[in-house]
Amino acid sequence: MEAIPYTVKPREETGLYNGKLGIWLFLASEVMLFGALFSTYVILRLGSLKWPAGSSILNVPIGALNTVVLITSSVTMVFAWLSLKEKNFSGFRRQMGFTILLALLFLLVKWFFEYTPKFQHHLYPGKNTFLAIYFVLTGLHALHVVGGIAVNAYFWGPGSRMWTMEPDRFTNRVEIAGLYWHFVDLVWIFLFPVLYLL
Amino acid sequence: MKTPQPGKESAKVKAVGVTLLVLTGATVLASKLNAGIAIAAGIALLIAVFKGSLVASFFMHLASERRMIVLLFVSALLLFVLMMGLIVLARYNVYEGLVHVS
Repeated sequence: MEAIPYTVKPREETGLYNGKLGIWLFLASEVMLFGALFSTYVILRLGSLKWPAGSSILNVPIGALNTVVLITSSVTMVFAWLSLKEKNFSGFRRQMGFTILLALLFLLVKWFFEYTPKFQHHLYPGKNTFLAIYFVLTGLHALHVVGGIAVNAYFWGPGSRMWTMEPDRFTNRVEIAGLYWHFVDLVWIFLFPVLYLL
Repeated sequence: MKTPQPGKESAKVKAVGVTLLVLTGATVLASKLNAGIAIAAGIALLIAVFKGSLVASFFMHLASERRMIVLLFVSALLLFVLMMGLIVLARYNVYEGLVHVS
């Protein structure tokens, strides 16, 4: 059986290995997905006679804490990839482990300190337009975090067997997972001020 | 993309990480200025755009990536900005007497 081509070597036409072109096309489509929802937020906000200040409903210190957690996880993700570039597999496992733990911390904080208190106060998406767009935007983002954890956990665990057979291909896979993870961080960088501070 | 030099790259990543954390603090502080929604939104979005550029340029390596990738991602961002621009412009073209639904 012929191996899949251009998983390591760049394709002549694009100068890129296929996985990298694929993830960037996917990320471009993600820009439009979140872009549509951000546009919805703007339409709803501009078309509304009254709009609450985000800080009057949401917990700003907790949102800021989660921003710090996600930014730190992006840093550890880059270090995980750099460790592979240095042929340091144990360094990769350590940094990728930190990335996964930080992502889990983000979700735990989100659930126990943000969503749960709101549900306890009967602040559900159906309560008002602000809460509806808040839960849709942060919920979709949280689903992306869950997806990132699943992919990163696979590369930390069973998927890392590829390192012994095809180290360059494995390094490229981690780079692709990293690009996705940084995009998730990028979205949160805009969500935090828009929802919590304005 | 240029091959990264691990030592240099590590220092750069740490510097960008610290800058992002400092800017997060700045965003929160700026929101407490009570300068009005327009100014607050301007400052918050300006800082967010700067932080986003740092993540895209250094963590996602757009600064040293092939032109094709940069064009692909920037095109998507431009389409998004165009979509937002049209929405904001439409806001100023609402005919008199229209009742907003809130």
